[in-house]
Amino acid sequence: MPDGANVKTAMLEIRDLQAFYGESHVLHGVNIDVRQGEVVTLLGRNGAGKTTTMRSIMGIVGKRNGSIRFQGKELIGMAQHKIPRLGIGYVPEERGIFASLSVDENLMLPPVVKSGGMTVPQIYELFPNLQGRGSTQGTRLSGGEQQMLAIGRILRTGADLILLDEPTEGLAPVIIEQIGVAVRKLKQRGFTIVLVEQNFRFAATIADRHYVMEEGHVVDMIPNDQLAQNMDKLHTYLGV
Amino acid sequence: MFDLLGVPPQVLFGQLLLGLINGSFYALLSLGLAVIFGMLNVINFAHGALYMIGAFVAWLLLTKLGLGYWWALGLSPLIVGLLGVALEKTMLSRLYKLDHLYGLLLTFGLALIMEGAFRHFYGVSGQPYPIPDALKGGQNLGFMFLPNYRGWVVVASLVICFGTWFAIERTRLGAYLRAATENPVLVQAFGINVPVMITATYGFGVALAGLAGVLAAPIYQVSPLMGTNLIIVVFAVVVIGGMGSILGAIVTGLGLGLLEGLTKVFYPEASNIVVFVVMAIVLLIKPAGLFGRER
Repeated sequence: MPDGANVKTAMLEIRDLQAFYGESHVLHGVNIDVRQGEVVTLLGRNGAGKTTTMRSIMGIVGKRNGSIRFQGKELIGMAQHKIPRLGIGYVPEERGIFASLSVDENLMLPPVVKSGGMTVPQIYELFPNLQGRGSTQGTRLSGGEQQMLAIGRILRTGADLILLDEPTEGLAPVIIEQIGVAVRKLKQRGFTIVLVEQNFRFAATIADRHYVMEEGHVVDMIPNDQLAQNMDKLHTYLGV
Repeated sequence: MFDLLGVPPQVLFGQLLLGLINGSFYALLSLGLAVIFGMLNVINFAHGALYMIGAFVAWLLLTKLGLGYWWALGLSPLIVGLLGVALEKTMLSRLYKLDHLYGLLLTFGLALIMEGAFRHFYGVSGQPYPIPDALKGGQNLGFMFLPNYRGWVVVASLVICFGTWFAIERTRLGAYLRAATENPVLVQAFGINVPVMITATYGFGVALAGLAGVLAAPIYQVSPLMGTNLIIVVFAVVVIGGMGSILGAIVTGLGLGLLEGLTKVFYPEASNIVVFVVMAIVLLIKPAGLFGRER
């Protein structure tokens, strides 16, 4: 009997991923598995390859090899604009709120790719700060509100895997708290989330597992419930 | 009859109308340039040549196929637009990763080739294009005589300009366009096929030039040089309005046409350079243009 028969296969399966920006070789064989409904973080210092891993999944790096399979479909070699249409939502590090679009237009911009996405009232319920701001220019929102908008607009699309790149970067603790509440709610709703975080304390409150990256590799995987035993190791990895 | 500032009103309003007509063409052409520049970051030097081809297609449709003005008004922009799509797909799209200058050089070269080809086959003396029957004649407005066709050109270009503005600034498709102008990589990462949008934008921008060519055919003669004469002023208009600004292109185009008309009345010697004087002043005071945003 194949012993994997009753093991739930990964929703996202990254094998030996190599990525390049022009001449520079950024990822050197990354292996990551994310199961349906999990929240997984990528931890590591600046330049370890976390953001590049996300961009590789979306197909927006210069060149990539290896294998990235999402729900069994190979993403490497697929046309860029087809990848999100499989149900992958991307919230970039710089948030990507469009200055020439109003808040409403930003919210409605990403096309719906699958049924079952959240409705606009549900998004407002999750992020009450956005309510009533519809006609404001997108970039007039505060940093925290822009982050909420960047997450909110992806939730509308019906994507079931969400890539969140540093959602807490540069935000006040009270806003980070709000984002954390929202991400936990998303997890309860069944979203699968890959999270890049520098703020490891924030990550520990929401993630199931942590991948630690260094110099373009995954060097360790720590389940959240074994975090306490692995604190020393993690401090060495992150250099804190 | 009374005089305004020492000028007979017929002269004043006549020149203002002429200015408004020129301004309509400036607006239509600079609008297309602005849309293309915003999305492709290419300064489309072939714009004047494509305007000329728009007029020639209308003339060829009439003389070879017997298809009149109203047919040309639909078919000619379509043909010019498809030509633009072919140019973008086969040539321009290969240059996006290089400096802006390469796009400019390519389109400049294409303009020379297109104009050279038409000069070779049709010579430089213009071909007359008749005003359609429905728009012959004119209205006596009391203070001036308004030829129907000229009134039609002004109204048609205003409708097209503001229709385009509305489509870009107020619709969902326009929101995609604006977003892709700002951050094409992210828009692609939302699942929108940005290369197709870019091709369509170029096709649309040059179709506007083709349409302007058809509108111009009965007013100016259909000549291989008609684009070259106009496009230099249009580039000045785009610089004054601000590169990539839609509303800026429309308002500046009309405004400068009127300004040119007024200059012809009050100081005719300066009428050919007034646009460039304004350009120099605007560049000194507000380098991004009147409606432009600093990038």
